[in-house]
Amino acid sequence: MSDTRAETAFIRTEMLAPELPPVTERGIIKWLRENLFAGWLNSALTIVSLLVVFLLLKSALPWWLNGVWNATSLGECRTIAGPEGGACWAVIKARWHQYIFGFYPQDAYWRPILAFALMFVALAPVLYYGLRNGAKLIGTVAVLTVLSLALLDHDVTHVVLIAVLMAVLFAVSWIAPKRLVYVTLLYPFVAFWLLWGGSVWKPVATLLGFGVMVLVYRLIQPRLGVIMGTAIGFLAACFYWLFVQGIITGALGSLPPGLAGVNSDQFGGFLLAFVIGVTAITCSLPIGILLALGRRSDMVLIKTLSVGFIEFIRGVPLITMLFTASLLLQYFLPPQTNFDLILRVVILVTLFAAAYIAEVIRGGLAALPRGQYEAADALGLDYWQAQRLIIMPQALKISIPGIVSTFIGLFKDTTLVSFVGLLDPLRGVTQIVRADINWKGIYWEPYIFVGVIFFLICFGMSRYSMYLEQKLKTDHR
Amino acid sequence: MAEAQKMQVTDEVAISISNMNKWYGTFHVLRDINMTVNRGERIVICGPSGSGKSTLIRCINRLEEHQQGQIVVDGTELTSDLKNIDKVRSEVGMVFQHFNLFPHLTILENCTLAPIWVRKIPKREAEETAMHFLTKVKIPEQANKYPGQLSGGQQQRVAIARSLCMKPRIMLFDEPTSALDPEMIKEVLDTMIALAEEGMTMLCVTHEMGFAQAVANRVIFMDQGQIVEQNEPKEFFNNPKSDRTKLFLSQILGH
Ligand SMILES: Nc1ncnc2c1ncn2[C@@H]1O[C@H](COP(=O)(O)OP(=O)(O)O)[C@@H](O)[C@H]1O
Ligand SMILES: [Mg+2]
Repeated sequence: MSDTRAETAFIRTEMLAPELPPVTERGIIKWLRENLFAGWLNSALTIVSLLVVFLLLKSALPWWLNGVWNATSLGECRTIAGPEGGACWAVIKARWHQYIFGFYPQDAYWRPILAFALMFVALAPVLYYGLRNGAKLIGTVAVLTVLSLALLDHDVTHVVLIAVLMAVLFAVSWIAPKRLVYVTLLYPFVAFWLLWGGSVWKPVATLLGFGVMVLVYRLIQPRLGVIMGTAIGFLAACFYWLFVQGIITGALGSLPPGLAGVNSDQFGGFLLAFVIGVTAITCSLPIGILLALGRRSDMVLIKTLSVGFIEFIRGVPLITMLFTASLLLQYFLPPQTNFDLILRVVILVTLFAAAYIAEVIRGGLAALPRGQYEAADALGLDYWQAQRLIIMPQALKISIPGIVSTFIGLFKDTTLVSFVGLLDPLRGVTQIVRADINWKGIYWEPYIFVGVIFFLICFGMSRYSMYLEQKLKTDHR
Repeated sequence: MAEAQKMQVTDEVAISISNMNKWYGTFHVLRDINMTVNRGERIVICGPSGSGKSTLIRCINRLEEHQQGQIVVDGTELTSDLKNIDKVRSEVGMVFQHFNLFPHLTILENCTLAPIWVRKIPKREAEETAMHFLTKVKIPEQANKYPGQLSGGQQQRVAIARSLCMKPRIMLFDEPTSALDPEMIKEVLDTMIALAEEGMTMLCVTHEMGFAQAVANRVIFMDQGQIVEQNEPKEFFNNPKSDRTKLFLSQILGH
């Protein structure tokens, strides 16, 4: 009896102090052992990989290090670099402005630069809702803009005026960040005016169309509901744009203030990629949301239309649609409408991206538990309130990685517009550069340059999406 | 029992259901339901799993549609008319088994969302009301946390507060404690008892027989989509009439 008791009973008289783990289990030794030399297979792979990296560097590094920056032609580059050869970055130095702006008039470079800077101001309230980060972003962009203008633009008044404008916007973003929403709303029209120029009254008249839409919506929505209000408002705005706006722009179109007009075929390089990419990204998200909702709708007609649209677009290659944009649309539209090629391409790229976004968001919607819908219903929220306040914030959050992937894909796909004769940075501009007798035969350098810029932009988007996911994480799992 | 006097049942009818039938496809879930609930009544509904208890109370705020018969809530008949549905939903609060809080909103935002958007109450006022009810369910200090940071019992109390913020005249509970760990059941039941003592009309699907005995003035037993027996709690538990009820009670009280 007493024996068994002695074995089961135990009393600790003294608590143990915590100790450091043994030497092989901490610090860099632990890391090396766990990550590079865990087992002989792992060690072998590590050594082989190191060897491969070494060989790659050995063959490529001289070419990079021996790069020539100052030369007027490829031949000169080769002479300077000597027998071991080297990269000829001089081509980038000579032609970088075409890669960025295409054939945009040089004395008007400040316009796309300002539009680009304002884009960040317009995005700040969306990207960092009401946060100081937005102001920091705007501050950085403002400094960079003024610096690049000081280098590029020889007109001092431009630089000073733009510096003042950016300073004001920075102050607003610091003091009252939510006010910047107005910049966001006006931005499409300002950017359009800056980029294409012409009389300021043209974008103002277009803006008026949205005024018409909102007005009609306000009148109709209380009586006939959200869907009818939106539909009739949209139709009224279309009516305005098609028939009334022409009269207004006809009357005011040549009045000052105005900027020198720039034609769409002068756009090129990353300017073009940004115009198409940014517009399509902004427009495809709301359209994609509506399509995703339509696909889950109980109403048969809406559901069929959404499914048909999504499946059709996803089934057709983007190139086909771009050709459609450049050729077929002209046949279908009334003969006298002169539909800008960039605009046509933007519309099709938008629809293309919207179909993919719709499917990504549908995945997010499907991941939400039914209880969320039920709780929203039980509290008396109507369909649109429930979607806007409960369902979409959660579904979009789940879909962020997919949405950003689609956006990155879309941005890279903007290079496909070279197939319809637009000057994309990758093929369009490079062809022109190589057509120059001085740079004939150059191969790697332009592609590396363009590739690096694309990488930086896409990597930036990807990092932002990770930041966003982290920030919106509230489930604390 | 001074509280018992507060728990007055009036003659005014809050919910009346007559000859109601419901099918899921061809499956006849609810068969010929007739029942009347007066204002101030606290009714406990029990019965085996799959007997249609959830479906019944979800019909009362039209989360489910009934195909035959009549449901009148606070004088408003539930038809496919959206106005009536919205009216009923804004007067009937519901608490779910799995809480269904909105995980992307803070506790306070969960509570103020519906008052602001449905009742169009100014934000300040809605927040004051929300804090009032959060204090009542004893978690005002959690107001700025997210649902994921709270324990199950706390979440369910938030869900109750969220419903109360709409100032409902009727509360529906669908097994509010059956997803909770035992030590949290009591805090939720205490909240519900306090609510009952204030005279709230309550319909509660639950197997907490202690709760039924403490606050219910009627217990309804359902099986196979029908109301099999109803009685006041004392009679229901001590002297069940139907064999099905006896079997059910022996199963849940058996050990
Ligand atoms: N959406 C649905 N579609 C088809 N059958 C359902 C649905 N919801 C519940 N049922 C069925 O209806 C019956 C009653 O369900 P329910 O009311 O949830 O029972 P209880 O809450 O009493 O456990 C069950 O047999 C269940 O399988
Ligand atoms: Mg149930």
